[in-house]
Amino acid sequence: MADVMSMEDLNASAARLNVDLDSLDLDSIRLPAGETFGIISDDEDLKEEEDFEFEEGFGNIIVVDNLPVVPKEKFDKLEGVVRKIYSQIGVIKEDGLWMPTDPDTQKTLGYCFIEYNTPQEAELAKEKTHGYKLDRSHIFSVNMFDDIEKFLKVPEQWAPPESKPYTPGENLQKWLMDEKARDQFVIRAGTDTEVLWNDARQSKPELVYKRSYWTESFVQWSPLGTYLATVHRQGAAVWGGATTFNRLMRYQHSQVKLIDFSPGERFLVTYSSQEPSNPRDTHRVVINIFDVRSGKLMRDFKGSADEFAIGGTGGVSGVSWPVFRWGGGREDLYFARIGKNAVSVYETETFGLIDKKSIKVENVVDFSWSPTDSILALFVPELGGGNQPARVSLVQIPSKEELRQKNLFSVSDCKLYWQSNGEYLAVKVDRYTKTKKSTYTGFELFRIKERDIPIEVLELENKNDKIIAFAWEPKGHRFAVIHGDNPRPDVSFYSMRSGTNIGRVSKLATLKGKQANALFWSPGGRFIILAGLKGFNGQLEFYNVDELETMAQAEHFMATDVEWDPTGRYCVTAVTSVHEMENGFNVWSFNGKLLYRILKDHFFQFLWRPRPQSFLTAEKEEEIAKNLKKYSKKYEAEDQDVSMLLSEQDREKRKMLKEEWARWIGEWKRLHEEEKLERQKLRDGEASDEEEEYEAKEVEVEELLDVSEEVISFD
Amino acid sequence: MRPILMKGHERPLTFLKYNRDGDLLFSCAKDHDPTVWFADNGERLGTYRGHNGAVWTCDISRDSARLITGSADQTAKLWDVRTGTPLFTFNFDSPTRSVDFSVGDKLAVITTDPFMGLPSAIHIKRIARDPEDQSGESVLTLKGPQGRINRAVWGPLNRTIVSGGEDSVIRVWDSETGKLLKESDKEESHKKTITSLTKAVDGSHLLSGSLDKSAKLWDSRTLKLVKTYVTERPVNAVAMSPLLEHIVLGGGQDASSVTTTDHRAGKFEAKFYDKSLTEEIGGVKGHFGPINALAFNPDGRSFSSGGEDGYVRLHHFDQDYFNIKI
Repeated sequence: MADVMSMEDLNASAARLNVDLDSLDLDSIRLPAGETFGIISDDEDLKEEEDFEFEEGFGNIIVVDNLPVVPKEKFDKLEGVVRKIYSQIGVIKEDGLWMPTDPDTQKTLGYCFIEYNTPQEAELAKEKTHGYKLDRSHIFSVNMFDDIEKFLKVPEQWAPPESKPYTPGENLQKWLMDEKARDQFVIRAGTDTEVLWNDARQSKPELVYKRSYWTESFVQWSPLGTYLATVHRQGAAVWGGATTFNRLMRYQHSQVKLIDFSPGERFLVTYSSQEPSNPRDTHRVVINIFDVRSGKLMRDFKGSADEFAIGGTGGVSGVSWPVFRWGGGREDLYFARIGKNAVSVYETETFGLIDKKSIKVENVVDFSWSPTDSILALFVPELGGGNQPARVSLVQIPSKEELRQKNLFSVSDCKLYWQSNGEYLAVKVDRYTKTKKSTYTGFELFRIKERDIPIEVLELENKNDKIIAFAWEPKGHRFAVIHGDNPRPDVSFYSMRSGTNIGRVSKLATLKGKQANALFWSPGGRFIILAGLKGFNGQLEFYNVDELETMAQAEHFMATDVEWDPTGRYCVTAVTSVHEMENGFNVWSFNGKLLYRILKDHFFQFLWRPRPQSFLTAEKEEEIAKNLKKYSKKYEAEDQDVSMLLSEQDREKRKMLKEEWARWIGEWKRLHEEEKLERQKLRDGEASDEEEEYEAKEVEVEELLDVSEEVISFD
Repeated sequence: MRPILMKGHERPLTFLKYNRDGDLLFSCAKDHDPTVWFADNGERLGTYRGHNGAVWTCDISRDSARLITGSADQTAKLWDVRTGTPLFTFNFDSPTRSVDFSVGDKLAVITTDPFMGLPSAIHIKRIARDPEDQSGESVLTLKGPQGRINRAVWGPLNRTIVSGGEDSVIRVWDSETGKLLKESDKEESHKKTITSLTKAVDGSHLLSGSLDKSAKLWDSRTLKLVKTYVTERPVNAVAMSPLLEHIVLGGGQDASSVTTTDHRAGKFEAKFYDKSLTEEIGGVKGHFGPINALAFNPDGRSFSSGGEDGYVRLHHFDQDYFNIKI
């Protein structure tokens, strides 16, 4: 606490500094952020008190068990060893290491107490050295001193846990059985979060569930759409159910910032980073992996932000999210993260490293999983000023066998793009030109499913074109590229097949001078939206790649987001609250017809509810596609009915409004008429209502101009 | 038809008003000179010089002989329309925001802003037939609402005064006793500042525009909400067609943030709505700033809009407009 100055002191020092106190507006003074000038604010007092309480307890003390039992002579040596191990982790307090001895034999008892300055250090020491092997027979067992109570409470006799009777849960996939086959979406605007049906036939959404303050930062669907996850100060929660959204499970993780589901939604990864107490330290990161259904914590990772910050930039305080990337398709078999000179791959069976070892890869900077197979693609940049080439390699998991490798020269950067079926991998390679002053871009295309994984090199016709966007057709063999320079870049479509030869890349078409900077394929493929977001003010072009023709051009002014529904029937463009104006979303049909438009202030999020994969076999799907006419008949009839009903309702409504309006008008006319005399009086008897004066009368005037008689001869 | 652009003001427009015959258009702007124009061809007829501040409002007597204007120079002035000579000055202690002549032109209601600790107020003044007899005495002064009162108009038969302003409540006052008779329902009322209030020709209903991006139609006698018109922009000005069942809303993004965005983002359009169905019929673009003032010619065949951009745009409707069917 700063000393409180008396008024005299204040005046004296003001006089000394030549400051006129009366002319000074004290409220206008703002200290630079973070600078306190030694004046401690009340808030920090509170914090300090909290810390003080910590020190009262024993949170900073750990108990190390399973030490060797040594006689007096060796006591100092053992103490030295222990001190060496534990002072690496944190500062041990003065007299903070106490190794009790048996008063009779003077031998140690095989355990010691270590007191650190802070509970954080103690916790870290526990994490790092629990299970530490001093030698074969001495494996450290480290506990927090505070946990002693917990251990005292362990009952002597083991009692079998009570098994709860089974109660069938709700059908979490009820939404898929909607009779009208509609899709759901969630929106967040202001404090409200709403789940709605997209009722395109009625041209409006239908509310399913609405709740205020449902989440504290954002919401997220699980990848198969079963759960809706919300984020709170205490942790994350998932919601779902047959009719309404009940809370299904909570995952405790205080100050959680980010969450991520595994693709098969078996696991949930939560992330928090804590501001360090000492500003020189890095942020402390905690990552928990939970089993989604049971809510059980499967594994936690703790450490400084630096350990998680390798590979990629951006994200929260340098950590690129998701830290853990899931592989092995929808079975959620593996997850991996990138470390220094290594990629650590864990398996979900044991939640340990595969073969208890990370894969050593010098200087690896990026990796990505195949979406369907357990194949890792790794990228290692150029080293030693070009002596060691850059490398992209494909590694099979769990065998860790390298399937394919490609060396690349004078590379500045690489980006990996997997096709959604894992059939192809495109590597966008930025290479330096000879002068090393600029870069140009090419693609290396891997055909994963073919023997020996052949690689093809693709270069754009104009080599100097910048690549603005790249996107694979979902489940397809085509991809789209936006290349060239703003403001009017070109869009090209390529296929991995050329006619009958399925082993060669060919160009399908180039669209010149498009106002687009983002590509959005329909989830069903075939259709794509070329969108000009941000700088292009929301230009949209709906393009059919099968026919190579534009279906529609439209604009959603200021649009920031484009989202296809999971079936590829509808598409939503949204303006989220990054802009102050125009917030809301438009729903379009796949071919670019605007269906409806909803405006919402402070619009934060729009997310379609994903659908799980179809249970239909490929043959069945083909059969449906072939007999589409037969199947669609029923729906066409339904559409007809709905549109009839709608126009009927509309007519009714209009009629009602008109009638109601006529009643008002009638009432007003009557009152106006009643008050006529009084009004005249107010106007000093001027007989004068507009109606009368403006009455138009048609008057016919016949004027006789001239009469003359003429005799016409009749011959 | 092509609009007639009338450039006579040097500052943003604040108010527009036609006389009863519909041959003259009076415009007020933040420059100090209210201006009168020929409503047919947009030719300038003259200005009324004498104010020393932004002019917020005006009204014209039924016989088009008297003009009353209210200004930020803390006065309201009576003018001879024909000669442009100021006849009388009402002095207040704060800027005047709105004026309205009563039926019969014997009374005028003048509102003043909250200023230097003074609360906003509604004043009723007697208007003498002969300007020689004119006095500045208030017949009645009403106080109460918090914040600025943006508009006050006479109710049917001069029995009431209807006001609306920053507190987003519409109030009906007894013009004899000064008693507060009615307040608009909290649920139904606007959520933000009411910027404009206009009467139907017969005074039976009122249209209010608000920054909450909506306009509402009220029954003048009962203050029942009849209709709500929802738009995408804050509403600065409203007008009702005397001929067809149409209303016009004008507005746009706040003037202070206009420069930061594209003119298309501002939506500085005058939007036409069907009065009974509350559906949008169309829009008239043109201004490159928010629309601050709108007025319909009493014959319903033309309307004019005044914008933050300093222009008055006079629109004569095409024949198509009269054939709109929805």
